[in-house]
Amino acid sequence: MSRRSDTRSVLPLQLAAAVVAVGSFAYTASHPLPEGVLGAGVVFGLFIALGEILRVTLPGGRQAAPLAAAGSLAFALLPSFKGVSLPGVAFAVTVVTLASIIGSLPRVFVGRGIHLDEVSQRVLMTATAAALIAPWPYLLQYGDLASLPDFMKSNIQLIVMVIAGALAGLLEIALAAATRANEARMPFSVALVDELRAMIGITTAVTATGVLIALAASKSMDYWALPVFAVPMLLTQFSFRRYASIEATYLQTIRALSKVTEVGGYTESGHARRVSVLASRIGSELGMTERELTDLEYAALMHDIGQLAWPEPFPGGATSLIAPVHQRRIAELGAEVVRQSGALDSVALIVERQADSYRPAPGLPDESLPLASRIIKVANSYDDSVGASLDMERMQFALDRLAGASDREYDPAVIDALSRIVDRRFEQSYT
Amino acid sequence: MRDFPLRTRVFITAVIVAGLLGIIACLLHTAHAPDVFTRFGYIAALALLVFASEAFSAALARSVATREGVSISVTMPIAMASVIILGPWGAPLVTAVVALEPRRTPWFKRCFNGSMNVLSTLGAAWTYAFLHAQLSTDHQIQAFPSLTSMDFRPSSVLIPMLAASLVHEVINGLLMVTVLALAERVSPWRIWFGTMAESALPLFIYSIFGLMLAVVWLTISPLAGVLVLAPLMVARWVFSMFSARQEAYESTIRSLIQAVETKDAYTRGHSERVSRASVMIGRSAGMREDRVSSLRYAGMLHDVGKLGVPTRILQKSGKLTDEEFDAIKMHPTRGREITKDLEFLGEAVEGILLHHERMDGRGYPNGLQGEEIPEFARILSVADAFDSMTTTRSYRGARSIEEAMEELRRCKDTQFDAGFVEALVAAVTRDGWDVVDTTDQVTPSGSAPAMGSDDDDPTASGELGLGLATPVDLAALDAFMSEIVRDGGIHGLPTDDRGSTP
Repeated sequence: MSRRSDTRSVLPLQLAAAVVAVGSFAYTASHPLPEGVLGAGVVFGLFIALGEILRVTLPGGRQAAPLAAAGSLAFALLPSFKGVSLPGVAFAVTVVTLASIIGSLPRVFVGRGIHLDEVSQRVLMTATAAALIAPWPYLLQYGDLASLPDFMKSNIQLIVMVIAGALAGLLEIALAAATRANEARMPFSVALVDELRAMIGITTAVTATGVLIALAASKSMDYWALPVFAVPMLLTQFSFRRYASIEATYLQTIRALSKVTEVGGYTESGHARRVSVLASRIGSELGMTERELTDLEYAALMHDIGQLAWPEPFPGGATSLIAPVHQRRIAELGAEVVRQSGALDSVALIVERQADSYRPAPGLPDESLPLASRIIKVANSYDDSVGASLDMERMQFALDRLAGASDREYDPAVIDALSRIVDRRFEQSYT
Repeated sequence: MRDFPLRTRVFITAVIVAGLLGIIACLLHTAHAPDVFTRFGYIAALALLVFASEAFSAALARSVATREGVSISVTMPIAMASVIILGPWGAPLVTAVVALEPRRTPWFKRCFNGSMNVLSTLGAAWTYAFLHAQLSTDHQIQAFPSLTSMDFRPSSVLIPMLAASLVHEVINGLLMVTVLALAERVSPWRIWFGTMAESALPLFIYSIFGLMLAVVWLTISPLAGVLVLAPLMVARWVFSMFSARQEAYESTIRSLIQAVETKDAYTRGHSERVSRASVMIGRSAGMREDRVSSLRYAGMLHDVGKLGVPTRILQKSGKLTDEEFDAIKMHPTRGREITKDLEFLGEAVEGILLHHERMDGRGYPNGLQGEEIPEFARILSVADAFDSMTTTRSYRGARSIEEAMEELRRCKDTQFDAGFVEALVAAVTRDGWDVVDTTDQVTPSGSAPAMGSDDDDPTASGELGLGLATPVDLAALDAFMSEIVRDGGIHGLPTDDRGSTP
């Protein structure tokens, strides 16, 4: 297992965050704070710590603390509080870091650990936003823009804040993507697309709320800005929670219903589940996006559903061992069931083509065959010969059989990915 | 429009004329107001926001392609903010923009919706102005609130705001209900009271958002107002994704259940009807709504274990051997096996396992008696038998609803829970029951199931019943109502043309 921590190069992220945080602590400790600013720091800090506790699970199992993020952004962008200008980047970073750590303490006490990656991202996000906004008060008061009318100035300030907040948010998304790309061994570009899709909504809400709190707190509302503008954020958070819960329920249900063929004795116990786990591993090895992986997982779970229409179970349920015509018929019947739902057409297509040959005729491969179908074909066949067994000889034998099969049936790239995964399993069991 | 009866056309025309007159009055008054340019600028900006939010909703509706039950309106908060910022002569001009909504809606519907908005906003704004004057320091009703200094103390703002949104809802509801009553001759009060209760919380939320938007608009900058709407729009977007997901979810379960039912042609649609009947029983017996929703899934999934029964047995014609009958009797146990990991089902899993138990202890799989059987199982058992009796089977025609209810009553205390039988009878008597004829749905390849293999039907071994189906077409009405009851309240005529035009 030590191999894994060596390859984890997230360290630069945490190192950078630590450097920024320690530097800020040192600066803040050695410079006197303006009168009245400490109070603002304490109140915003409490808000961030509270937000850290009110976490939410986003689609795809991502964790987020939108209120803490909005509070941090607001404090980074806050131009002044009760008429006193804030001292800048170092103080903002200090407050946000301390508050995030304090907010994480309850988790640490119950032994669930701190979200170190997320806190690091937030520290860097805060520093970026505060640095981007830093020159503007001067420019607006003494620079070229000083002669503009007041309402123009306040609108310019607003726009600058929105841009700074948005850039900081994008930076946070990019950092999260880098972390995930590294953990899941996937290309950064794929991780970035996934992360953008999943986070763009919540980041928009966080940015808008952060800017509003900063503006309102500096203008007239003081502390009131925090609870008031937390309300819309809570509504957003609530809708995300509901979405994530239906998403989880969906997966849970498909998993449960995939057991139907097993309970009926059509397939071996745990077959659908194992095929889906293996298929997902192969899929991420081959750089599929999160959406493609979800479809792949659903299709893998339901790949045998067509067997239910068969009058009698096949011996051992091993579909890879029966005549290709029957394999195709089962795939079609299964696809029909999936398609009826009207919501899973892409999944139905994958199920439909799971039995098709990689090269229907000697020569070029079939371009229209989805990668997911090719993966399921390989994973299904592998599981038919290995099953739940952990016997390495058996695994090696199944792999050799697949690799030795004529290259008409299976996609060699998928088999390569599978053998890399199996190899890794071997290595893990030796060390 | 020509499809409407005359009285409806007259009413719709009257509302549209009233709306137009309202707009003209607003324009004339605002033209003589102080700060006329800023005022018209604000009207244009807020109207643009309304238009943008409607376009956003329409785009969502298209991309997500779902019929949403409850959703979040972005237009309502803007309307409420306009009431505060612009006062009674300005706000209606903002909400009139709804008539321009970018959907393919017939012109008269849009004009009606726009006029309805003008009238209800007028009412809401005067309510706000009046109450605000009572509660603020100077007691002056302001037809044109000042755009620079406004009394924003919570004590003088909150109550008028809530009252205004209530008035908005009431006027809106009254106009809608009248159209319905004239067009459909249904009792509209039932729909209205049903939706009013549901829209209480949204009303409160919209008022708060409206207030927030107004405060930010006037004290910080109109541009910052857009930021208030951003989280709301995100929530709206996530909510419609949620609805789409939920719809997809239910249809997925449904189609997988149909996979069971294709094995046994006579039971097509059975699970869904059992689900419906179980919900009726649960509601009628006064169950909490979260349990009812769990009951709905229980009904849907109660026979899922039949997927595990070999198709050969389910479709066998002729008498079943004891072994084969035992295989069928395994289905509740297998159903539990399949569903036990579904956390959201809760007590429904036990219901699925025990839905073939009988009150006298002669059921299976465990032979439980009376109160030992969980409530869910007792409800499913009644619903299951009721649907089996009222649909056609190979060995007899469908029974009438009256006969089925009679039969359920005859078997109460031996087979069924008396309380739930009465709950079903009461619910069916009140709301009716859709009787379906399954005879023509039998697939040509599917041979009829064996006589007596149908263990759901208490009369399976009895004489042939006479089919006396009484079709009650409530489904069409339901569909129509759910079209109208959008946004957790009644905010306009149905905006698409899926055959629901009155």
